[in-house]
Amino acid sequence: MNNTVNQSGSAGLVEKKYFTFAEPPDELALENGARLGPVTVAYETWGQLSASRDNAVLVTHAFSGDSHAAGYYPGEPPEAKPGWWDSMIGPGKGLDTDKYFVICANILGGCMGSTGPSSINPATGKPYGLSFPMMTVGDMIEVQKKLLDHLGIASLHSVIGGSVGGMQVLEWCVRYPAMVRSAIPIATTMRHSALAIAFNEVARQAIMADPCWNHGDYYDSEPPDLGLAIARMIGHVTYLSDEAMRRKFGRRLQNKDNFSYGFEVDFQVESYLRYQGSKFVKRFDANSLLYITKASDYYDLVERSNRPYSLQTISGAKVKFLVISYSSDWLYPTYQAKELVQALKRAGQNVSFCEIEADCGHDAFLLPDERLGKLVGGFLDGTPRN
Amino acid sequence: MVPLGTDDMRFDLRVISSRIEPGTRVLDLGCGNGDLLAWLEANKQVSGTGIEQDKEKAAHCIGRGLSVLQGDMNEEVDDYPDKSFDYVILSQTLQQVYEPARLLYSLARIGKRFIVSFPNFSHYSIRLQLLLKGAAPKSDELPYNWYDSPNIRVITLKDFRKFSHDVGYRIVEEIAIITDYKSNEGRVINRLTNWRATYGIFIIEKQTTP
Repeated sequence: MNNTVNQSGSAGLVEKKYFTFAEPPDELALENGARLGPVTVAYETWGQLSASRDNAVLVTHAFSGDSHAAGYYPGEPPEAKPGWWDSMIGPGKGLDTDKYFVICANILGGCMGSTGPSSINPATGKPYGLSFPMMTVGDMIEVQKKLLDHLGIASLHSVIGGSVGGMQVLEWCVRYPAMVRSAIPIATTMRHSALAIAFNEVARQAIMADPCWNHGDYYDSEPPDLGLAIARMIGHVTYLSDEAMRRKFGRRLQNKDNFSYGFEVDFQVESYLRYQGSKFVKRFDANSLLYITKASDYYDLVERSNRPYSLQTISGAKVKFLVISYSSDWLYPTYQAKELVQALKRAGQNVSFCEIEADCGHDAFLLPDERLGKLVGGFLDGTPRN
Repeated sequence: MVPLGTDDMRFDLRVISSRIEPGTRVLDLGCGNGDLLAWLEANKQVSGTGIEQDKEKAAHCIGRGLSVLQGDMNEEVDDYPDKSFDYVILSQTLQQVYEPARLLYSLARIGKRFIVSFPNFSHYSIRLQLLLKGAAPKSDELPYNWYDSPNIRVITLKDFRKFSHDVGYRIVEEIAIITDYKSNEGRVINRLTNWRATYGIFIIEKQTTP
């Protein structure tokens, strides 16, 4: 068998690149009818595109991710952290860069190089803020499609991603089924549950209640860091699990032996969440969080059944699916992955499914885990390249 | 994928695989590590799907390039449209199923044909144990005690024949085999099968109403 993940190495140095299109008057038409242009997409690639251009794998990132999925930027200090899925992308890893040409692009609406609410609106010369049109997961895919056209890639060996990235995987399959040979939606859902929407709404309200948010117009002033930090704290609770939090923190106190009987940090879990919150505001834009969480709340592949861009309308296409869930994920629990599997089976699709036993909650897909690499690597090897 | 020699497979699986037409769609229920599916894909170019409850085994199958769903076969079979497969295989599992009739109806619905293999409970050694010892029989094929056995259904070749007849299934082929539990070897027998066979294999087709 050739699914070994031994001798795996770093993806090495990688450079963030940019592609700009949809210059006015040829703006990109969005799903809600609005027009947007120009649109810039930030992306990174690893490995070599084969001569027959048949080995491209698109990685779609989760809501707070970016194009930097693996490796290091040139000139980074030695203690710098590699990209967010470095455990999966590199020579000999699950997404083996000796075999595949791996692409990851920052999503539309993001804040890590692709056009989003913090980008300059050419009409006003100022950041869009809330004048940025409400984009959808479908719009994200249209932007990625334009990037692939630009790179001369007409077919994908696979499209893979977790969480909101998993929704993008599904959207790729229903929009461009003939382009996609295999699809790996991980820790994801066909639509948000009320629970998932509820947490997103609390996160949004935390931002919008911060006076610094100023109806999204804060790019010339102090940003709503407090609201954004609280939003991130809530997010982190949903990414963990009861088990993971018990193991990681329990009721242990942070640098003290007794309660303070006040409202400063007593428990380690409080300290952790505050740290995650304050770290996040340095790299993320509050308006991007609003837009992306709303786009993921709107996403609904179930409601679309039997209409254009649905799992039922791709019946003729030959997409091989691998659905993966994690046992302790309570944001997108296994039952939702099973609903997806059921829908795919009923639509006559070729689908594999595996729940991975892990106590780390939703975050598990981002943590180094040899099982995921083996599953994905073997699945990709078993997908014919034609 | 490394092609397997047939010698690496259990004898009943070898018999089953020899009956599968090339290029067909096959569903293997309880596919374990996927040896049968891998062999069928490599040698008969089938389009194979497996269902396996055990997470590690399912992951192993997917990691070797097979299409496998991790889950409970009794539930998973419900989601497939009618006649999704040319063959549905249920090997050495029927005796562990809580609702065999319900499962068999599903197999007949989703497959044009289904193939079951099960240990024959009317083997002479089992009959003799009950007769002479008066204790629940154990054998190399069924090595458990009454209180810890996963094999909750007692089936004989004759029983299965009768079941098929009663529900109106056509037995395309009935194969009785004697196997050696220590190795993967075995042979097909034709005489006194209900007495001598360690396993029975039935290929079943749902009768089309005239």
